[in-house]
Amino acid sequence: MIPSLLEWFTDPETWAGADGIPARVWEHLWYTGVTMVVAALVAVPLGLWVGHTGRARWLVSVANSVRAVPTLGLLLAASLWLGPKLPGDLAYVVPSIAVLAVLAVPPLLAGTYGGIDAVDPSARDAAHGVGMRGRQVLWQVEVPNALPLMLSGVRSAMLQVVATATIAAIPGLGGLGRFIIDGIKLGDYAQAAGGALLVAVLAVALEGLLALLQRRVVSPGLTGRAVGGSRKDDESAGAEESGASTVDLRTHA
Amino acid sequence: MEWLAGHWRDVLDLGASHLYLAGVPLVVGLVLSVPLGWVAKRWGRAYPVVVTTTGLLYTVPSLALFVVMPLVLGTKILDPVNVVVAMTVYTVALMARTVADGLRAVPDHVEQAATAMGYKGLRRLFGVELPLAVPVIAAGLRVAAVSNVSIVSVASIIGVSQLGDLLIDGYNRVIWGELATGIVATVVLALALDALIVLGSRMLTPWRRAAGGHA
Repeated sequence: MIPSLLEWFTDPETWAGADGIPARVWEHLWYTGVTMVVAALVAVPLGLWVGHTGRARWLVSVANSVRAVPTLGLLLAASLWLGPKLPGDLAYVVPSIAVLAVLAVPPLLAGTYGGIDAVDPSARDAAHGVGMRGRQVLWQVEVPNALPLMLSGVRSAMLQVVATATIAAIPGLGGLGRFIIDGIKLGDYAQAAGGALLVAVLAVALEGLLALLQRRVVSPGLTGRAVGGSRKDDESAGAEESGASTVDLRTHA
Repeated sequence: MEWLAGHWRDVLDLGASHLYLAGVPLVVGLVLSVPLGWVAKRWGRAYPVVVTTTGLLYTVPSLALFVVMPLVLGTKILDPVNVVVAMTVYTVALMARTVADGLRAVPDHVEQAATAMGYKGLRRLFGVELPLAVPVIAAGLRVAAVSNVSIVSVASIIGVSQLGDLLIDGYNRVIWGELATGIVATVVLALALDALIVLGSRMLTPWRRAAGGHA
């Protein structure tokens, strides 16, 4: 098995053209990016609003119950329903992206809401005490404090999208899932396994990148980096953890 | 509904395989997570290692893991063992950290009291710490159960039969009844497992009800 896998990876055919590895990686990243932007446009303002005002908390639990629905079923149902109504490539791109966005909303929403909700009430009170208005409290106190958990939400949403975009190759989406699905259909295990390895590497790389970003953008006051000027990795992990107990963000496809 | 009336026996059979493919890894994964979680709790240095490693495993998309499994295990591609092992990996990935966090949340004074009463080592773990960690572990297990049931349906793509077959067949042959049945049956199975865990957790923690359920 391993030699045929190496052969697949070293074959110049595998790397060339619109169905080569670079093109497929690009497609996969493109779908992921578009989906994340669409989902964030819906989920982040909603999460900020629910967290800030404390209203309509049921939205978060409704969004979370979507977890029990099999992503494969959602994907196929959407394609079957919307596909025939759309022309050309849109027939499989639109339903797939829509489902991916639907799946990305719950972790983003839970992360944003959970982050705001977990802000120390005394910090909020202090902000009001020094004369901040609602909007200022939100942007200058709540959001920076919520950032670690919000970014955890982004990480699990991203994970979910990368994984589900792979499965979306069944109703015809491009991306790295094509190698797996086509490989299985053709009985070409080397191609399927090669695609699977690429997807795994892509997912782990994106996760690492976001973890790094999370460490960069989170306020030093929260991670303990400011104290004594030295970076303590243990403590920055702790900051992320402190809120994680209120909302479980981990999802998967 | 019409479709279901003619095919309910098949649905039950597929449901049983689905339960097997999602449930066995759930139990095995939980059992494997206890020692891992304990190690992570007992030695502070082990904690980040366990959390990072399991987190990384969880990052690998399911379809990719299913397809790569034969390479790792040396099994046949259509072997259901691939799915069982992959799902066990996911369960451990979720549960090791949960068990560690649950054990860490046991108050120090309780551990000291237990030690003072003569509870040591494994007896203390199984007699005092684990029972007290049950609510946290059960909460994690519910997430794992629901996510396992949802993920297993992907295994139809690599030819391992369960409720996911209804999704793919319904899609390929444009039979809405079949596709809808597949989705509903999967959700019902997930909710049933979830309810079972809630029930089990309640039975294992009678003191929470005795205290008026506010704990």
